[in-house]
Amino acid sequence: MTLLIEQALNGLQYGMMLFVMAAGLTLIFGVMGLINLAHGSLYMVGAFACAAVAAATGSYWLGLVASLIAAAFVGALVERLVIRRLYTRDHLDQVLATFALILIFSEGTRWLFGSFPLYLSLPPALAGAVSLPGGVTYPVFRLVIIAVGALIALGLWLLIGRTRLGIRIRAGEADREMISALGVDIGALYTAVFALGAALAGMAGALVGTLQSVQVGMGEPVLILAFVTVVIGGIGSIKGAFIGALLVGITDTLGKALLPVLLQPVLGAGAGPVGAALASVLIYLLMAVVLIWRPQGLYGARA
Amino acid sequence: MKLSKRLGLTTALIAGMAIAAPAMAEVKVGMITTLSGGGAGLGIDTRDGFQLALKQAGDKAKDIELLIEDDQQKPDVAVQIADKMIQSDNVDVLTGIVWSNLAMAVVPAAVGQGKFYLSTNAAPSALAGKGCNPNYFSVSYQNDNLHEAAGAYANDAGFKKVFIMAPNYPAGKDSLAGFKRYYKGDIASEVYTQVGQTDYAGEIAQIRASGADAVFFFLPGGMGIAFMKQYAGSGVETPVIGPAFSFSQDVLPAVGEAALGVKNTSNWSKDIDNPANKAFVEAFQADYNRLPSIYAAYGYDTANLLLSALEKAQPSDAEAFRAALKEASFDSVRGKFSFGPNNHPIQDLYVREVIDENGTLTNKIIATAMTDHGDAYAAECKM
Repeated sequence: MTLLIEQALNGLQYGMMLFVMAAGLTLIFGVMGLINLAHGSLYMVGAFACAAVAAATGSYWLGLVASLIAAAFVGALVERLVIRRLYTRDHLDQVLATFALILIFSEGTRWLFGSFPLYLSLPPALAGAVSLPGGVTYPVFRLVIIAVGALIALGLWLLIGRTRLGIRIRAGEADREMISALGVDIGALYTAVFALGAALAGMAGALVGTLQSVQVGMGEPVLILAFVTVVIGGIGSIKGAFIGALLVGITDTLGKALLPVLLQPVLGAGAGPVGAALASVLIYLLMAVVLIWRPQGLYGARA
Repeated sequence: MKLSKRLGLTTALIAGMAIAAPAMAEVKVGMITTLSGGGAGLGIDTRDGFQLALKQAGDKAKDIELLIEDDQQKPDVAVQIADKMIQSDNVDVLTGIVWSNLAMAVVPAAVGQGKFYLSTNAAPSALAGKGCNPNYFSVSYQNDNLHEAAGAYANDAGFKKVFIMAPNYPAGKDSLAGFKRYYKGDIASEVYTQVGQTDYAGEIAQIRASGADAVFFFLPGGMGIAFMKQYAGSGVETPVIGPAFSFSQDVLPAVGEAALGVKNTSNWSKDIDNPANKAFVEAFQADYNRLPSIYAAYGYDTANLLLSALEKAQPSDAEAFRAALKEASFDSVRGKFSFGPNNHPIQDLYVREVIDENGTLTNKIIATAMTDHGDAYAAECKM
């Protein structure tokens, strides 16, 4: 039972990180209609900024702040220089251009930091594990990640639902021409949304990089999962991204943990490798099922 | 160029083999290894060890042209590079692949085209038994070896219920098979992770719940670093053991104190007492300003094996070159070294402990686990 609770927490933590990543992706997709493959690069930029600043100053907290600022800044810059020219192009051009950005970012980072992965150490306050009610012992930092993800979800919900910027974002999603005709500076709005998405990706990169490692190319596997999340949740929907991310996180974690055990009676000794292989396709099965049931995604407005 | 070389060779042949065995022909060696991503440390050490041996050989290595390419730890990239090296660069010998899934994608095709392959690391069981090939030599080990020694050590250490874990690829399966071949106690659970996985929260939860008295894990490179860091922060106290890959010199600095005291099994250690090893460790530190890992040692041995064979024959004379390789008449940094019937090493295996040596984490041999150990597949090899 404690195992199941711990695995559920793992799934939740994984889902929260995916959400932070997917939220930016879905906003950019929803508001600007842009497929941004370079979102994973912004995740990497955040992680490297955190690692570099933490190493230079000795403060992990400054590193986290740096990850937000660096990713937002790079995001805004990329939007102004490159992405801006792509809004009116079709999706193939966008995919090509943002794929080129991935290569540029990856090689640029390799040039600056080298091919060896960097490792972050946690400040003592966040290291180690705590006992939770119910007899579960769980690492503090993973709990922090869950809390950060939840706070970001709440913050985005307030931002989109309760602020002027949020109204503009929603209006931009609904009808791009109309809101520019109404006198909203659509260029500035796009830059702001892009920078916001980039900052979230950078933050996710820094948090996950702390747990794992900071290395060139770390963003691409996450990017694929973030796209899966966005598609499951429905393009442009923050709520969809949230539910989709938790679904993907929990399905993946519990699938990996439970499938080999469940297959044991059927396959015997072969259950380990087969279960592990099946678990890795589980989220794509989930995506297929959701799309058959609701082609526009769980909360998507359009297909 | 090519034509003139071939003409030259033909003339030499016609002249009644006037030129002695170590001919002047240039030998091209293609190294395919991992130089980027989470597995970069392994490939970089392989390359550096190999190049160090060539550098030390001086004039003897002057006819060797070494081509190095990064496979990014991707089988498709490795296959592309191998095709290019074989078809347009015309290499004679291939080497350097770290990962067994990449080796499985490259080696059978390469030796099928008459090229030699000298493995600096990956040695999957599929290439040691029925799939063995006279042109394929593993200088490192057979994949199961270090894990077999770990299984034997787990018995000696008195562990009764071990949780075992490895990535889901050929070397991972060989690893757990090797461990179980010698370990006599119970298996708490057998878990396969994804290759390149960086988050082990799920596996750590399973370890916590398993009631095991030890964890055996095979996670080379960045995978091992991520696992050990997360394990240290998880509050699970179960002792860990592993093959040298999980606690090699490329991994230890990043893992940090969590690795202190951990036992691991290896066929090489920097404190093996023989002149070749002493010279290697000193020269490696002097040249690269870091301690060598097992991968560097394998790369170094492979280059020296190649040099020893080239003194006797050229790859163009495949039969003689094969025989020269099989002799293994080089000074291995492992001391005793010879090839078994399937071209895999027969060697000693040791138990090492991670220690703090003047502020640097490194390994020290504490026992010999197995002597003159070959592999379980040699009998199946017919060549």
